[in-house]
Amino acid sequence: MTSQPGTAQPNPQELNKLGPISAGANVALFVTCLVDLFRPSVGFAAVKLLEEAGCRVSVPPSQTCCGQPAYNSGDRNTAVDIARQTIAAFEGFDFIVAPSGSCGGMIKHHYPQLLGDDAQWGPRAERLAARTFELTQFLAEQCGRTDFGAALSANCTYHDSCSSLREMKVKAAPRDLLKKVAGLTLTEMEETDACCGFGGTFCIKFPDVSNSMAARKVETIDATGADLLLAGDLGCLMNLAGKMKRDGSNVQVRHVAEVLAGMMDEPAIGEERS
Amino acid sequence: MTFVPTSNAFKENATGALKDKPLQEALGIARQHSIQTRLNTVAKMPEFETLRDIGRDLKNHIIANLDHYLLQFEQSVIDRGGKVHWCPDGESARAKVLEICRSVNARTVTKGKTMIGEEIGINDFLFANGIEPVETDLGEYIIQLRGETPSHIIGPALHVTQAQVEETFREAHTDLDPARNLEDPASLMAEAREKLRAGFLKADVGITGANFLIADEGATTIVTNEGNGDLTQTLPRIHIVLASIEKVVPSLKDAMTLLRILARSATGQEQSVYTTFSSGPRRPTGLDGPEEFHVVLIDNGRSAYLGSDLEEMLRCIRCGACLDHCPVYHSVGGHAYGWVYSGPIGSLLTPMLIGVENAKPLPNASTLCGRCESVCPVRIPIPKLLRNWREREFSRAITPQTERSGLWFWAFMAKRPLLYRLVTRIGARALFNLAGQRGRLSSAPLASGWTKHRDLPATQGRTFQEQWKAKRGARS
Amino acid sequence: MSTSGTGRDRMLASIRAGISRQADRRHGEPAPAKPTPLIPARATAPGVDVVGLFKTQLANAKSTLDEVASRDDVPAAVARYLANNNFEARVRLSPDARVSSLPWDKAPMVETSSGRSHGKDPTSVTPAVAAVAETGTMVLQSSDGTPTTLHFLPDQHVVVISKSQIVGTYEDALARVKRGPDGALPRTVNFVTGPSRSADIGKILLMGAHGPKKLHVIVVDGDL
Repeated sequence: MTSQPGTAQPNPQELNKLGPISAGANVALFVTCLVDLFRPSVGFAAVKLLEEAGCRVSVPPSQTCCGQPAYNSGDRNTAVDIARQTIAAFEGFDFIVAPSGSCGGMIKHHYPQLLGDDAQWGPRAERLAARTFELTQFLAEQCGRTDFGAALSANCTYHDSCSSLREMKVKAAPRDLLKKVAGLTLTEMEETDACCGFGGTFCIKFPDVSNSMAARKVETIDATGADLLLAGDLGCLMNLAGKMKRDGSNVQVRHVAEVLAGMMDEPAIGEERS
Repeated sequence: MTFVPTSNAFKENATGALKDKPLQEALGIARQHSIQTRLNTVAKMPEFETLRDIGRDLKNHIIANLDHYLLQFEQSVIDRGGKVHWCPDGESARAKVLEICRSVNARTVTKGKTMIGEEIGINDFLFANGIEPVETDLGEYIIQLRGETPSHIIGPALHVTQAQVEETFREAHTDLDPARNLEDPASLMAEAREKLRAGFLKADVGITGANFLIADEGATTIVTNEGNGDLTQTLPRIHIVLASIEKVVPSLKDAMTLLRILARSATGQEQSVYTTFSSGPRRPTGLDGPEEFHVVLIDNGRSAYLGSDLEEMLRCIRCGACLDHCPVYHSVGGHAYGWVYSGPIGSLLTPMLIGVENAKPLPNASTLCGRCESVCPVRIPIPKLLRNWREREFSRAITPQTERSGLWFWAFMAKRPLLYRLVTRIGARALFNLAGQRGRLSSAPLASGWTKHRDLPATQGRTFQEQWKAKRGARS
Repeated sequence: MSTSGTGRDRMLASIRAGISRQADRRHGEPAPAKPTPLIPARATAPGVDVVGLFKTQLANAKSTLDEVASRDDVPAAVARYLANNNFEARVRLSPDARVSSLPWDKAPMVETSSGRSHGKDPTSVTPAVAAVAETGTMVLQSSDGTPTTLHFLPDQHVVVISKSQIVGTYEDALARVKRGPDGALPRTVNFVTGPSRSADIGKILLMGAHGPKKLHVIVVDGDL
């Protein structure tokens, strides 16, 4: 059931109405550059969850990065080149899933804008966009699965990444999934919709401002009394873990997929190896 | 313009702002105040999101018919006995205002809050020409005494704490009894009310801004909570309205759409206290009001952006919601942006008004988190437009060379998957080994921006792609 | 932008150049049409108690309300308001007959005069065009009998309306504004939603910044 470019495709509205997908859907994992380099365990957790949900998972080897560093720095030409490369690598699959709202949002919302004037690539970008999802959203809303049998005794809080929340409209899915983790409680922080200060290259260009934003985020995290911080985007998580570890916090920081898949063998982000 | 922009020093300004304790105190109070207030009020208006759509569509329609509506407005003003002055830039606008003031030998001018007045530096110009401008909006009055620019579109003195207001008044009001207790904020307001009341009554000319210009009525509109704008435009002999071209709306009915979203977005009020429509001078048998009514229409570079990829910023109705919801603004306040407009909308407008080469960091001073767009009453896609400015900077080589080189190097690899996988394999091992048992780095080569305030979490030793190939190479 | 010609010519030329760029960018699509305004259902839905909504919203806007049976009761209501709040028993009236012809002799302790304000009047008493339920807003206009200075200079502003002047929406109220013979708006139309206020000092909301510190509305059940 692999779709080929150029064949008839359901439009995005129809796709969203598909409901629970049939078993054996071909899913391509967009690993994301940060997961690939820093935290492969998140990628393997994502694969495990997708396979448990009945998907056949592939990892196109020619993927690198979604192109955001160029796109958000004003280097449109490079962003276009990388968008084309990514489209070519992924368009043969039924669905594209990323353990990141940020990279998912880039493919889903920004590729069609970048290539909108391109008669050949524009429609291909649209087709890919319609089939691209953030991981928790895909599991809960497309696969209709929230219970993966995980158990963890912890009090967690969940940080909504800006692109997950506002570009991918992911709010309920990770919470619905976390509710099914035995022994886990979720305490919401205030201003869950506030940015953590990562912002890609922003945090390097404006370290002091970024630090102030992270510090405020950490205040709201600490106020929940949680011992575990979860999110669906590694950028935010590395920023917050880096900040919290620098400041001596004991809160553990992990990607939500690791908890949902019950894959907690690797130390938490920025944590010592035992 | 006498105020020299420091927008290019945003980074240094921001670092200073972060260390400024009173500023941080003031910003903290403002942050807690504004977000929840707006939410509560919006929740009471089920049609709010639809009104935002209509507001956006209305502004798009106006921007596509700007010449038509401005000409209609001009004719209506003339029909009511007023005058319209077309000023392409700040210089011609300042000269026109001075000419009108001199026509009645004005010595004192009262002013309602006007951002375009700040934009063209009208106060300093009048002062230099022997005319005393008196700001009457309480916040504007405070910053005028302190010699500052506004730090927020609707709360110009947002950065000033109550204690600082007291200091400022004691310094400026030399007749103030040192024994008088001003610890209560109400007593500070009473002091300002008393001082400014005298100013209202003696002014020869009153200058206001305009929230809207009503094309078919020839009316200008101001929206305030204090009533200062109304006293400014009612008591003196001459009322001058400073307005930028995009403020025009077709009719009162259309203005109602914007009035229903403006206050809710700006202050979280259901409606501001005073909304006033003014047209023409005092009627022949009227009992009060000005003898002359002048509208100074100012372009100041805006029309050059019509039909551009940045045009949507001209929808702005100056509510300040994007500032109130911006985590960068919350951290550094308005002055770090270095000129008159601040926050997300300031980062769009300032490059237009003073040149992007004089405001290079501003379009970059955002994480593109999108909270601003989510609250903008006319749905300006602020992150998209910030990115469009960044593209202009990049294509005009304004982007710093170090950043361009870094990007080039990164792009070179990202466009070559084989090379990319090789380099990331090496990087993953190197960072893993450097971090060792500790699992994180306190400093790393080329990562000082990151490690200034945070540790860099370690890698897990091998990249995902490498491990995947080893485990499932045959299947992928 | 061309530097020749009048400022008006240059601005219009630049605006029209921009509009032509817009057309190019639309690739033949029509220019955006003017949307139809939407009036919120709050004050227009079937069965809405407009007067009740007005009273609620008036209180939310921090105005105060008194209700009397007839116009003859207004002077006493004004006297009561001033006395209860320890305000000086002196009022400046709009020359408009709806206010000036009220039987002020029924409140002999209240000193009255009429005309515009010069800033020395503690309290004004004025009529209104209409009162808007959706946000508790008074709609006032300038005219020969209703100078605008009375709406802004006194410390207290008392507005006298008949219950029949309470309408649902801003649009309803604007339809009642008395226009000039040429159809023109009066010099000023004021929407007033509560007393003057400011939060410019430390974000603390305080009443009475420059305009009236109190807004008091007297609703007459009958005609004015």
